[in-house]
Amino acid sequence: MSDVSFVRTEMLPEQAPPASEVGLIGWAKHNLFSGWFNSILTLVSLYAIWYVLSGVLPWTFQSVWNANSLTECREIMMATWGSTHGHACWAVINDRWLQLLFGFYPSHLYWRPILALVLLLVALAPVLYSDRVPSKLLIFTAIYPFLMPFLMWGGTIWGPISAALGFVIGWGVYSALSKQLSELIGMIGSAVAALIWWLLLSSYFVGALDSILPIGIEAVQSRQFGGFMLAILLGVVAIGVSLPIGVVLALGRQSDLLIVKYMCVGFIEFIRGVPLITLLFVASLLLNLFLPPGTNFDIILRVMIMMTLFSAAYMAEVIRGGLAALPRGQYEGADSLGLNYWQAQRLIIMPQALKISIPGIVSTFIGIFKDTVLVSIIGLFDVLGLANAIRADTAWNGIYWELFAFIGALFFVVCFSMSRYSMYLERKLQTGHR
Amino acid sequence: MKKSVILGAATIAGLAAGAAVAGTVDDVKARGKLNCGVTTGLVGFAAPDANGEWQGFDVSLCRAVAAAVLGDANAVEFVPTTGKTRFTALASGEIDMLARNTTWTFSRDVDLKFEFTGVNYYDGQGFMVPKALGVSSAKELDGATVCIQTGTTTELNLADFFRSNNISYEPVPIETNAEAQQQYLAGACDVYTTDASGLAATRATFEAPDEHVLLPEIISKEPLGPLVRHGDHEWGDVVRWTLNALVSAEELGVTSANIDELSAGTENPEINRLLGTEGTLGEMLGLDADWAAKAIKAGGNYGEVFAKNIGEETPIGLARGLNAQWTEGGLLYSPPFR
Repeated sequence: MSDVSFVRTEMLPEQAPPASEVGLIGWAKHNLFSGWFNSILTLVSLYAIWYVLSGVLPWTFQSVWNANSLTECREIMMATWGSTHGHACWAVINDRWLQLLFGFYPSHLYWRPILALVLLLVALAPVLYSDRVPSKLLIFTAIYPFLMPFLMWGGTIWGPISAALGFVIGWGVYSALSKQLSELIGMIGSAVAALIWWLLLSSYFVGALDSILPIGIEAVQSRQFGGFMLAILLGVVAIGVSLPIGVVLALGRQSDLLIVKYMCVGFIEFIRGVPLITLLFVASLLLNLFLPPGTNFDIILRVMIMMTLFSAAYMAEVIRGGLAALPRGQYEGADSLGLNYWQAQRLIIMPQALKISIPGIVSTFIGIFKDTVLVSIIGLFDVLGLANAIRADTAWNGIYWELFAFIGALFFVVCFSMSRYSMYLERKLQTGHR
Repeated sequence: MKKSVILGAATIAGLAAGAAVAGTVDDVKARGKLNCGVTTGLVGFAAPDANGEWQGFDVSLCRAVAAAVLGDANAVEFVPTTGKTRFTALASGEIDMLARNTTWTFSRDVDLKFEFTGVNYYDGQGFMVPKALGVSSAKELDGATVCIQTGTTTELNLADFFRSNNISYEPVPIETNAEAQQQYLAGACDVYTTDASGLAATRATFEAPDEHVLLPEIISKEPLGPLVRHGDHEWGDVVRWTLNALVSAEELGVTSANIDELSAGTENPEINRLLGTEGTLGEMLGLDADWAAKAIKAGGNYGEVFAKNIGEETPIGLARGLNAQWTEGGLLYSPPFR
């Protein structure tokens, strides 16, 4: 037999893949034109994209930036392009952007809300990026809730200090009572003591110290708050305060204590059963009628409270969803380790429940942040209310899209960042249980 | 049940406390600021400018009252109110007066317990149509689509007008004036109807105002005026006579330009009484003798305020019409200062 072999003994040299299979063409062939139906879809989509962009891009970029009124804008458009259609008049933003951002906040004090925002990011850093930022910064996070109102509203420094003292007093009473008596009595006692301090004593304390040592910065009235700053202020407060309240409500709803349980259920169902706009009307109108005339219950504070309660009710249900998704074994495991209720919640239940609820929590955050524009209906000049007021100026009457596009862009930036952060957080906390 | 009892008790306590407080004049003087309710923005009547300063026809009245009471036209806290919040804001004492192009009607005066202290603008509901429609009277509008703001008196007026003329129309409900402008320009409706001043202001913003006409028919009476709470007559008098002072000043030829000269004393006893160089009118109101002079200096007399904010020189370009002095065929007629 001959030793002719029909088996190839050496490898053929590698060839480059056909041009139609790699690179841009290959990608397009596989992803865009992989069949007659997909090819048609691709062409239709491309046409749709081109159609939208061909209108939006010239409108956005062939635009007027410097003019003092809409009429002047139109004159410039006529002179430059021979037509007023399809060109934006960004001059209104150029003219009023500071107002849209800060409302009527005194312009020489703009540094205060800006500083408050920067410090907000600093205060949030140890919470949001706990693995990259030293946890000592958490001390600053605790101070921030008292620092922020001082920066925004100004006035005497003793106000925020006295508010903080209320917490210190509450903590002192709690630790004293819970050691000698029971933990429950300690909690009730501390709440009562703090409330007595805030409602009855703190005004004397502030008045006395302010007369002895008047330290403070220029006060700003709530009426002067407005613009996107107001949306951020309301959003941050509602988001920041509603999360802890929501956790407590969710736990309360699952509690075995009958009164606590039904109070939580009643609160959640009542608030969720009422539209936010109704609550805002209650805040702005009904409270005015009920409170004796002359009581100065700040309108922004009232709105903040209502928005916080509203989002807390939703938050509670989102977190309850997370709690319900936890297997029973987690609770039993916590019990078998001998942890008490709060330890079990803090160490085992909540970290898992909150992780499961992240998408829902962030949705609620984004929702409540966007809901802040509703305050324009009760006469507060948030960014949407200001857009209306700007249109009421004879110079800018008749301008719409530019203002709304600007406002939309502002909100998009914030909401999109929140959404991306939540995805980052989900990836970070992913422990591969699925 | 129990909650409503508590709330009810709180309301009564609040009302009782409201009755017990001092007069608004003293409140305003003690506060050093006038809380004046205005709209959240209506072209020509009230709007904040780029610096946050409020400008407009209604705003000028607030400033005049502040000048009369406090001597400072800038001592005003402008409280923006919406159509829904305006009356509660006034009733609850959040604002001292409301100057928010509010129509004086029977039920608002009597049932809502407010006191209209005069009329600073006589408005009426009109129609705007594109010239291309070839319509010259509202009675030719049979079968037209009409853009109309929902929940306003204009909606009811429109229904009444078309029914009494036995013609039909198709309403296109819209929520805000801004929306109406867009719908009308896009051709979603043949006719836009609202107060004539609003129509003029809207038309002024169009790219080609000449292509749209206001029809001659005015189908309703809309006397717009400032209002205060029932029961505080001293304060009501202050607001009423401040407005009258502005109107009288125009009639008597007192302007912001010549007021300093006239304040030195004139031959005309009525001017002297108005400006406080003669008589004790200011004292009767509980104000300084030169209260009216200060009010007029704040923004000029009625005619000057009108011309500056909504008159024919402005983009809005409203003619005086009904708002001319009675001597010139209008309705402005201030009772004498005596």
